[in-house]
Amino acid sequence: MKPAPFEYFAPEKIDDAVELLARYGEDGKILAGGQSLMPLMNLRLARPQVVIDINRVTALDYIAQGADGVLAIGALTRQRSLEHSAVVKDHNPVLAATMPLIGHFQIRNRGTIGGSLVHADPAAELPAVSLALGAEFVVKSERGERVISAEKFFLGSMTTVIEPTELLTEIRFPRWRPGSGWAVEEVARRRGDFAMVGAVVWLQLDGTGLCEETRVALFGVEDRPVRIVRGEQILLGNRPEADIFAEVAEVVAEQLDPVSDVHASREYRKEVGACLTRRALQTASGKVGKGVDP
Amino acid sequence: MAQTYIGASIKRREDIRFITGRGTYADDIKLPGMLHAAILRSARAHARIRSIDTTRAGAIPGVVWIFTLGDIGEMAVPVPMRMYKIAGLERYLQPLLAQNEVRYVGEPIAVAIAESRYLAEDALDAIEVEYEDLPEILDVTAALRDDVLVHERTGTNLAAVHEIHVGDAAAAFEKADYTRREMFRVHRHTGNPLETRGLVADFDAGKRQLTVYGMTKLLHYNRQVIAAFLKLPEHNLHFIENDIGGGFGIRGELYPEDFLIPFASVRLGRPVKWIEDRREHLMAANHSREVSCELEIAARRDGTLLALRAKIYGNMGAYVRTHGGLVPCSTAALLPGPYRIPNYECKIHCVVTNKTGMGTYRAPGRYESCFFRERLLDMVAADLDLDPVELRRKNLIQPEEIPYEIGITRPGTNPTVLDSANFPSALNRALQEFDYSRIAACQGRLENGRYHGIGVAYFVKNTGGLEPYEGAKVVLGDGPSVAVYLSINVLGQGHETAMAQICADGLGVPLEWISVFHGNTDLVPFGWGTFASRGTVMCGNAVHLAAQRLRQKLLLIVGEQLSLDPAQLELHDGNIHQKGSRDPVLDLKNVLAHVRETVRVNPGEPALEETAYFNSNQLTHSYGVHLAHVAVDPETGVVEILRYMVVEDVGRCINPLLVHGQAVGAAIQGIGGTLFEELVYGENGQLLSTTFRDYVLPSSTDVPPIESVVLEEAPSPLNPLGVKGAGEGGIVGTGAVLANAVSHALSSLGVKVTELPLSPDRLRALIRNHTARRA
Amino acid sequence: MSMKHSVRLAVNGALYERLVEARMTLADFLRNELHLTGTHLGCEHGVCGACTVLLNGNAVRSCLLLAVQANGAELLTVEGLTAGEQLHPLQRAFQDRHALQCGFCTPGFLMTAFAFLKETPRPTHAEVREAISGNICRCTGYQPIVQAILQAAGETATDKKRDIPKR
Repeated sequence: MKPAPFEYFAPEKIDDAVELLARYGEDGKILAGGQSLMPLMNLRLARPQVVIDINRVTALDYIAQGADGVLAIGALTRQRSLEHSAVVKDHNPVLAATMPLIGHFQIRNRGTIGGSLVHADPAAELPAVSLALGAEFVVKSERGERVISAEKFFLGSMTTVIEPTELLTEIRFPRWRPGSGWAVEEVARRRGDFAMVGAVVWLQLDGTGLCEETRVALFGVEDRPVRIVRGEQILLGNRPEADIFAEVAEVVAEQLDPVSDVHASREYRKEVGACLTRRALQTASGKVGKGVDP
Repeated sequence: MAQTYIGASIKRREDIRFITGRGTYADDIKLPGMLHAAILRSARAHARIRSIDTTRAGAIPGVVWIFTLGDIGEMAVPVPMRMYKIAGLERYLQPLLAQNEVRYVGEPIAVAIAESRYLAEDALDAIEVEYEDLPEILDVTAALRDDVLVHERTGTNLAAVHEIHVGDAAAAFEKADYTRREMFRVHRHTGNPLETRGLVADFDAGKRQLTVYGMTKLLHYNRQVIAAFLKLPEHNLHFIENDIGGGFGIRGELYPEDFLIPFASVRLGRPVKWIEDRREHLMAANHSREVSCELEIAARRDGTLLALRAKIYGNMGAYVRTHGGLVPCSTAALLPGPYRIPNYECKIHCVVTNKTGMGTYRAPGRYESCFFRERLLDMVAADLDLDPVELRRKNLIQPEEIPYEIGITRPGTNPTVLDSANFPSALNRALQEFDYSRIAACQGRLENGRYHGIGVAYFVKNTGGLEPYEGAKVVLGDGPSVAVYLSINVLGQGHETAMAQICADGLGVPLEWISVFHGNTDLVPFGWGTFASRGTVMCGNAVHLAAQRLRQKLLLIVGEQLSLDPAQLELHDGNIHQKGSRDPVLDLKNVLAHVRETVRVNPGEPALEETAYFNSNQLTHSYGVHLAHVAVDPETGVVEILRYMVVEDVGRCINPLLVHGQAVGAAIQGIGGTLFEELVYGENGQLLSTTFRDYVLPSSTDVPPIESVVLEEAPSPLNPLGVKGAGEGGIVGTGAVLANAVSHALSSLGVKVTELPLSPDRLRALIRNHTARRA
Repeated sequence: MSMKHSVRLAVNGALYERLVEARMTLADFLRNELHLTGTHLGCEHGVCGACTVLLNGNAVRSCLLLAVQANGAELLTVEGLTAGEQLHPLQRAFQDRHALQCGFCTPGFLMTAFAFLKETPRPTHAEVREAISGNICRCTGYQPIVQAILQAAGETATDKKRDIPKR
């Protein structure tokens, strides 16, 4: 399984990358970590005429926490860097907990956060986490920069709003609310595999113990990560308890319109989506008020 | 004489090259002028080929040749059947390349030869094939209706039928207090050695000699067939194995590529390399295990088994390959297992469909039949309110009944005879080691949201035999050193070490003196191969015989040389002693020098070598018990194996390290096959499992540690060493035991497993269906 | 498209320079340009781990890298584990524990284990199992591999000099 021929560029600066995209974007692909793109190229399922390798654009590799608490991560940041980052651990426990679920350490040595998000595999963890946490994506082209919310970013299986001539440069996670409860649950065929079904939840309680903010997102179930807004609404204003979780789970089962594939049927994804949501909410409520390292 | 090496856990000598990255696998071989092949494979499950246009592809710089069946012309033959040639199967053989019709996704259509594999694949992209789609048929039940034919001119998809009649099943069923019938299915999966298939064919046009690297399993037979195809004398072909990255039954059988690549080399007069990629391997190398069985059992109320009646269906794929009807026939052969079931009737159906051909995968047919039988026994136990272990114990063939003739359960006239066994003892040992009586208390219990289940499965596995002989040549050389040449090849089992141990003891020399050579048709002129766990049984005994004979010869020579009675001499540890004395009489080095120069014993014979063949067409049977403790999450269908044990009697253990290694490796393969792996076909007959993302192999965190217990209670009476093969026992019971354990775990939810795999999706479906039925 | 790119890199301490097509994978480069055939190809889509090598100290799947991407890098392959005639403790442990049968997956496991032990010199059984979960073996069932790595960990943790094999 050898790739089809292509022209190759390895820019070192962001602007050079952007310029190459302007010129070749329609026929080309960005090569970041390669853990998703290279298999497709080896299988000849992807045959870009031009490959723009951004691994030397070191300016895109950073983890920075702003004064406003926003966590800004360069698109080329390796998944392993995120996994081992003290900043991420302290300021975004959901992201920190998700990293070890992604593939294996050899994959995380090369795989990047930007690559995973743009590749938009429906069963991948990072797109769902970005959706659940309300992340924003900074995208650059020769025409300038735009900021896109995670809500609007994922269009379908392996498809995002990014144009062929655009480059994802930064991912911004909002300030983490201390005392939030959260959980990431998934069922995969094997540890490290893409999920058959996964759920990411977080919730924040007010002074009286009622849920004042929450997000429930599922992955692996449809052609992109989905937010269960109706489920979130059920949680809001209520105590996080088993009967509420059961109601939310029912909504999940109703709302989901899952795919069937070799690993799991539609029914499986509905049922287990509901089940994982329930379990995740249980786990999340147990973490509320306990700080970032429960 | 005390044995020093047989039975010892000697570390493997072959390991050095593997751990330093100096193994020589097929893709490591590079020859001057070597070209690379890539195979164009059918993208359709069933279609007529209207045209194949290679013009654009041939014009790519670096592409040397592209050929189709027409280029092979009159030389073309179908891939032959080697065994289990049930009448009717011969109508379904596979052509070397598809010409007018393709019948499965992955069927070879054309071969592109280029300066690199990259370019060869570019050529494949540029070949234009015009297909005219035909309806495809994938499922055995549908295929049996014969409204869509895989091979039109045969008029049927029922390629062959074979029947087994032992005793009088009809009468037994009529009189029985209790009967039960169930339909069972095992899913399509296969061995997936980590190294895909690969060949380097190197034709020396000047000498008209062809060397092929990467051939394995059946070197001599394969050579015969390819030599006939190429119209070259057999001995002008040299098949050399080198190192092989696993076989498990899949590698080494003849496939179209084994003809095509040598053909290309002969035509081009240059070495040609073909390395299969994983996607190809999943769609083109033999699939296995897709067997279903309608199984009926008759018994008395007290649990005494009276009769079995079975209808077995094997999904052969689109073509019948070298194994003929082996997979479904082997399913039938040991279906009664270690139990006394005097009446057994079976009808075996070999059915073709538009899938990849089916062949052997470790314990072919036995994994399936063990699952069918052991599942049904658990059901019988539940029906008759008997403990599942006691039901088995009650019906086990007793030691005093051994050898026990099951009856003629294979094509041909040889009855299946269980040659040596102590079935009750192995069961007791297994229960004891597992602490079964204590753990069985967990049966069906719900703990922390998971249901617990314990399963038991008893297996019997034939080893050895099948083909009647293997050979070995033992040669003494300077050093002193000893060369052992084997007629068989090695796929990673450790034969280099085990055979050295056998030779060392048989000859009476230190292990360090011995080098083992294998996998080369030039070493020993006649042989069959490594499969069905017959390597140690057949070739090991040949080595022992040759070594012992050489030892006798040497004592004769020394006796003559020193005017001593050879009967009073011994050779051990490389020294020749008089019996009863510790002092070496003569250094073997002197003997060698003397004999090399003077040619003693028999005129004209330097007498430093001996060749022996071990002959046996009887099968010897290993047997044992699998036990498993599982916890099942009923909401997600995920199974965790908390404990897994294999107890296996191998008759006699040459190297315990290797035998345990086989048991553990086989068990993990079986667990993977039972829980994770499946070759799934979708609409239009497309194979959906074409990458390791879809075909899920177990990794280290998916499987439990395997507790392996090796018994030597029933040595085989059928060979001098008393050994039985140990390569497959660890896999035979895996489907059965896990299905039993899961069924016990989920019994309160009404789940009874009759099909594999035990994937989360399927278990959830079973739970869901039962809940729906109850509602 | 068949334009060649220059690749200069160090492999096992030796410097190499070649001209290659951009599409040549790093695995094929090592195997076919440098004739270091110890690194094996089992799937070519990043699942089996047989192609694992160290790139600038990190374990990576060489089938998912282009040779041109390794320009300027330092690589370690299985051939670099042996220092002269001396086996690395990992290699010795694999033999001791019968942690290989056909040997095809072995280089990938050795390199994965080497990288892992550098970061986690005193791992638990569970940590080892997790660390090797990205490598497939069809023969051994993984148990002896875990044992071998634990054995080697016991040795290398106390012998700092064995961390990086020297030429």
